[in-house]
Amino acid sequence: MKKFSWRGLSIVIFICVTAFYLAPLAIPNLPDWWSKHKLKLGLDLRGGMQILLEVDTSELSEADARGALDQNIKIIRERIDQFGVAEPTIQKLGEKRIMVQLPGVSNFEAAEKLIKQTAMLEFKLVAQPEDSKKVLEIVDANVNQNLSFFPKLAALDKKDKKVLAPDSTKADSLQAGTGVFSTLVRPGERDYTVQFDDVSIVQELLADTLFQRAVPMGFQLALEKANTAEKREDRRLVVLHSNVELSGSDLAKAKVEFGSSTSTDPRIANKPYISIEMKRDGAMKFERVTGDNINRRLAIVLDGVVYSDPSINDKISGGRAQITGTFTTSEASELAIVLNTGNLVAPIKPVSTSIIGATLGSDSVRSGTMAGVIGLLAVVLFMLFYYKLSGFIADFVLVFNVGFILAMLTAFGATLTLPGIAGIILTIGMAVDANVLIYERIREELDLGKTPRSAVDAGYKRAVITVWDSNLTTLIAAAVLYQFGSGPIRGFAVTLAIGIIGSMFCAIVFVRSILETFVITATSKKLSI
Amino acid sequence: MRLMQNTNIPFVGIRYWAYALSAILIIAGVIGIAVNGLNWSIDFTSGVAAKVNLKATDAKVPPLKIDKLRSVLKTNGYPEAEIQHVGEVENASFMIKIKSKTSSSDVSSDTKGKILDIIQTNFPEYVAGKDLAKDVIEEIYEVGPKVGGELRTAALLAVLISLVLMIVYIWFRFELTFGLMAILALFHDVFIIVGIFAITGREITVQIIAALLTIVGYSINDTIVIFDRIREDLKTYRKDPVADVFNRAINRTLSRTIITAGTTLFTALALYFFGGSVLHDFAFAMCLGIFFGTYSSIFVASNLVIDLAHATHKEKSTIQHLTKRK
Repeated sequence: MKKFSWRGLSIVIFICVTAFYLAPLAIPNLPDWWSKHKLKLGLDLRGGMQILLEVDTSELSEADARGALDQNIKIIRERIDQFGVAEPTIQKLGEKRIMVQLPGVSNFEAAEKLIKQTAMLEFKLVAQPEDSKKVLEIVDANVNQNLSFFPKLAALDKKDKKVLAPDSTKADSLQAGTGVFSTLVRPGERDYTVQFDDVSIVQELLADTLFQRAVPMGFQLALEKANTAEKREDRRLVVLHSNVELSGSDLAKAKVEFGSSTSTDPRIANKPYISIEMKRDGAMKFERVTGDNINRRLAIVLDGVVYSDPSINDKISGGRAQITGTFTTSEASELAIVLNTGNLVAPIKPVSTSIIGATLGSDSVRSGTMAGVIGLLAVVLFMLFYYKLSGFIADFVLVFNVGFILAMLTAFGATLTLPGIAGIILTIGMAVDANVLIYERIREELDLGKTPRSAVDAGYKRAVITVWDSNLTTLIAAAVLYQFGSGPIRGFAVTLAIGIIGSMFCAIVFVRSILETFVITATSKKLSI
Repeated sequence: MRLMQNTNIPFVGIRYWAYALSAILIIAGVIGIAVNGLNWSIDFTSGVAAKVNLKATDAKVPPLKIDKLRSVLKTNGYPEAEIQHVGEVENASFMIKIKSKTSSSDVSSDTKGKILDIIQTNFPEYVAGKDLAKDVIEEIYEVGPKVGGELRTAALLAVLISLVLMIVYIWFRFELTFGLMAILALFHDVFIIVGIFAITGREITVQIIAALLTIVGYSINDTIVIFDRIREDLKTYRKDPVADVFNRAINRTLSRTIITAGTTLFTALALYFFGGSVLHDFAFAMCLGIFFGTYSSIFVASNLVIDLAHATHKEKSTIQHLTKRK
């Protein structure tokens, strides 16, 4: 090998990247981190999952309810769009339902979670310890009086009494003063603790409107966010003032950040967290709330779950805050997406989830593929026939180009649909354009009597300007379509941009290298073109 | 072998014929759109979605094949029906989406009857022993468009912004006149194709929109290649009349224009003839697009640049005007 060349290096990188992303299609049993990069097929080719959601507009005014469905569809679409180029189908179904179809099933759970989150962000003050104690006592008493409304608690109560006092006549005296609810919630290090085995029953109670009535006015009970890393962990129960100090509508922007390992704050050191920025009004409210409540705790509550409840040490101006908690990185980024796309206008609940089949018959896939092969063959043969050896080089590189397009689509998490495949086939027709431009120019230079070497140099020098200008114009359009478009437009823009970049690289760098390395030397007299 | 070597076709000389042809095509398109309207597909309009259970009560009857259901609905007045399995294949539960011909709310009950009729006549063995009113069509809804108004506005905005930025880029690299005329030629191409779709009553689907965007990309590419040669030749042949320089540039790029149009047309024709019914209209739009995109690059875009430059400048200053940037 001669001296080091950037061109050679770029070709090596080009081939390696292509091979990396295409390997999972060809080789089974690759490690998980590798094989998860696999080209997804769209709803039309392979189907996927469908989730039916019902929008609950009972709490909205009639005017709001009318727009709520469309508004929710818009928000769901934005969330899925931020999740990647998934090419979902989102449709209104009747008056109250939304149908969401997503291709493939691999990421379905995460996507479903993302769609369903109402993302009601609220800042609420934590009750003072003595208030908390009183609140829980009242709740306990209220529940005990109306035990018949809570069959699960009643059952638990019976069981407890049996365990504690097999002789049932003594049970009442033994349990005097404390009710069944207090057996679930014990005073903990901070606030109260719910043991892992009781978490589900407490969660159910908190969601129960009857139970909510047992809580004194102005207060609210909430669990702390579960730590997804720990399977069986006790959860903290916090008593909050139900007054909302700040809400999601005060939020301007949410962003995932990663705390540095040198950070002195243990809550963010080496952990992902979400930094939020508030709107002007929100920032002012935040300043007032923090100023008025120094030394108290302010809870950041999302969908009724306490994410963190830091103490207020000082008045905070500027409207910046952090949501910390035991996040995994993907949880944090999902949450940021949800916070940025805004609250769902009305709560939604899933009605059904099912696997769905492809919308196109297998025959249309087969004929689409066949058409592709025929088209590709025609182009390859033409180039071979018209440009001889140089045409062969262009054909050889074209194979890598097609590979590169598929590889990059995989890397972008794009979804391949039948029209997408047709688009790629057309790209192949257009991909040889850069080669044709350059070859025609080289022929012109050869006609002027130049040697192959200088004809190639001169031809490239001129034609490359043309290739840049013509392709860059289209690339600008693709970038804009990606940035501002949504749904199918984005998918189209990605395919277009990848096709342009691939074919430019192949014609300008790849083909030229082969020509100059293997075909022409300084002394060659003829060039097969 | 060489195609189109040393041609000297008077493209600039015959430009008024080309303008006339384009005008006729565009006017025909306008009339077509005015008379027939655009046939928006189910992607853009509301329709009816029905969940149909066709699991035979008799266990000996094999599960209904989806392709069979597709072809039956196609031949019975619902060629645009979109059908997919819901749940496991052996449960033979299908989601059928069809376009509603009217917009009244009782359309679902009307459609329900029609679908039931079709199913009963064609697949009696799959509905035998079921209550036709309840058990076959389990749910039926009015279904909103896949691409609703909001998405359409966003897409339109994105396209407009990208057109403006393309003009700016061409302005920067060439001259404003080139940018404006290139975009005008794009509108010309898209308009003619949409007009043909209106006249022939073909459906405008999301795929057709993608085809139109691809055509825009192809056509601008083609136009810029010719512009680039004009820019180069304007600097080389400073003494020649502008019209001659333009004509020479178009002729010298002709072989490349024809070859690229040819290879792309190969692939589009392959899709048209072998790609199956789904890709038929998509490939049709692409074939038209390649044809008119090439035509507009040769006959319309650069000729309009000459006419506009002549209209605003004297012959002598035209070259300076067109080459003042780079």
